[in-house]
Amino acid sequence: MRVGIVCPYTWDVPGGVQEHIRDLAETLIDLGHEVSVISPADDDNPLPGYVVPAGRAVPVPYNGSVGRLAFGFLSASRVRRWIRDGQFDVLHVHEPVVPSLGLLACWVATGPIVATVHTANPRSRWMHAARPALQSALEKISARIAVSEAARTTLVEHLGGDAVLIPNGVSVRRFEKADSLPGWPGSGGALGFLGRMDESRKGLAVLLAAFGMLGAERPGLRLLVAGPGDAADIAARVPAPLRGRVILLGQVSEEDKVRVYHSVDVFCAPNTGGESFGIVLAEAMAAGAPIVASDLDAFRMVLRGGQAGELFAIGDAGALARAAGRLLDDPDRRAALSAAAAVAVRAYDWPVIARDVVAVYETVRLGGGRVGVVAGWPG
Amino acid sequence: MTSVILIVGAAVLLGVYLSWRAGRLDRLHARVEAARAALEAALLRRISVALELASSGLLDPATSLLLAGAAHDARTADETRELRESDLTRALRAAFGQPEFRASLRGRPGADELLAEVEASAHQVFLARKFYNDAVAATLSARRRWLVRLLRLAGGAARPGFFEIDDSLVAAGADEQGTDMPHLTG
Repeated sequence: MRVGIVCPYTWDVPGGVQEHIRDLAETLIDLGHEVSVISPADDDNPLPGYVVPAGRAVPVPYNGSVGRLAFGFLSASRVRRWIRDGQFDVLHVHEPVVPSLGLLACWVATGPIVATVHTANPRSRWMHAARPALQSALEKISARIAVSEAARTTLVEHLGGDAVLIPNGVSVRRFEKADSLPGWPGSGGALGFLGRMDESRKGLAVLLAAFGMLGAERPGLRLLVAGPGDAADIAARVPAPLRGRVILLGQVSEEDKVRVYHSVDVFCAPNTGGESFGIVLAEAMAAGAPIVASDLDAFRMVLRGGQAGELFAIGDAGALARAAGRLLDDPDRRAALSAAAAVAVRAYDWPVIARDVVAVYETVRLGGGRVGVVAGWPG
Repeated sequence: MTSVILIVGAAVLLGVYLSWRAGRLDRLHARVEAARAALEAALLRRISVALELASSGLLDPATSLLLAGAAHDARTADETRELRESDLTRALRAAFGQPEFRASLRGRPGADELLAEVEASAHQVFLARKFYNDAVAATLSARRRWLVRLLRLAGGAARPGFFEIDDSLVAAGADEQGTDMPHLTG
């Protein structure tokens, strides 16, 4: 099958959606399909052979933070040309309600279109203002996929109709085995965090507060933090006596990311909201890290209601400190959680997930026709 | 006798001076209030014109969605008002800054009028904010005088604050036309 996949965010900037698309594309290629991905990209970085660049994304305020998005007529004509030349059996658009390439692809394409919604976005009222433009684009989608219940609710609210739930995949073999970083986790115990340091909903502030409590009573305990953001700004928020024990790695390479999961005794996912699946959580599970996570709906589902990881009240630093402390003191419990997580995560392994996605492709193809472009429109 | 006259004279002069100061402060506060009302009206107008552009069907759906989101956030913001209004500026800047933005709209019915209206409303925000901050600066400097503070001549009038947003429709660094006039590019 020839599959065209549309990525809304800059390819080489780390992000859950980009990783999802990369793993999906590579798994589909492994399964024998022909795949082309179009994505915003920076000029200077080499792209995998299956990725077609759609120009640079522009930083613009969106949804309370600054996103790098590709919008406008020029981007739309690039997508249109790619679709016209691609001769796809199925077009698979990601994040059709984010103002970027996915939405534009829906706008200019015809034929079998599958759309995956990743983000749970509780706000929808303002979308009415853009409704005339949105509707003509979104009505063409033949099948919708949501990666979580929360994302599915968003989709139903914005677009009406229903969606198939296919959870996010994790490439388990990529995470299963790795050496820990030199000197980690160490004898005094180590907590870990991975994600944007400066995005409040990732919850690093909650973890730093919890570390303030735990670190004071456990002199050897360290905290390993990996992810983009202003390190100086974060260091300033740690009480001075503990500052030397919070190690900020900044943005890490793909290989080092895997090693981070293998370098800590307890992995913390203190997210305060907005997380529709939590790819980071699934990765930590694949790596067999004992997990303490916020009691978000999506996290509770992935962690099987707490069997595959401890849950604590969202945003409650004291509860996080207590849960992490209990695990640090109980190696048997940690081993049990690690084993349970490794089993639970198999349901999200990419070869399993991709089969469900292909079933959706095959279903929309039954309607007949190939992917084409709207006639007449500029470009 | 002379000294009594002098003391009474001085007291009268002081009274006149103080009431003049109080009156001036009062006028400054009134000016701030009027400037604030003008600023609020200009901001609201910009929001509604941005929403109109978003729902006009002239733009691609992604740009429409960006503008609608930014305008909605600006309209519903409370304590983050200045940030959200700045975000609306940036969203407009991103929309108008697209390569060939104007070329893509040329000849579309209503496009020129609507774009001109967006530009006019953005310029009005720029002006209204300048006048408002001017009035605030004058008022704050008058309120800072020791005599005014000692005798509480400002009375119960709330202390006005500056309104700081990014309202230039030219990207910082790309601005070669001076900072006094916002220009839309595109």
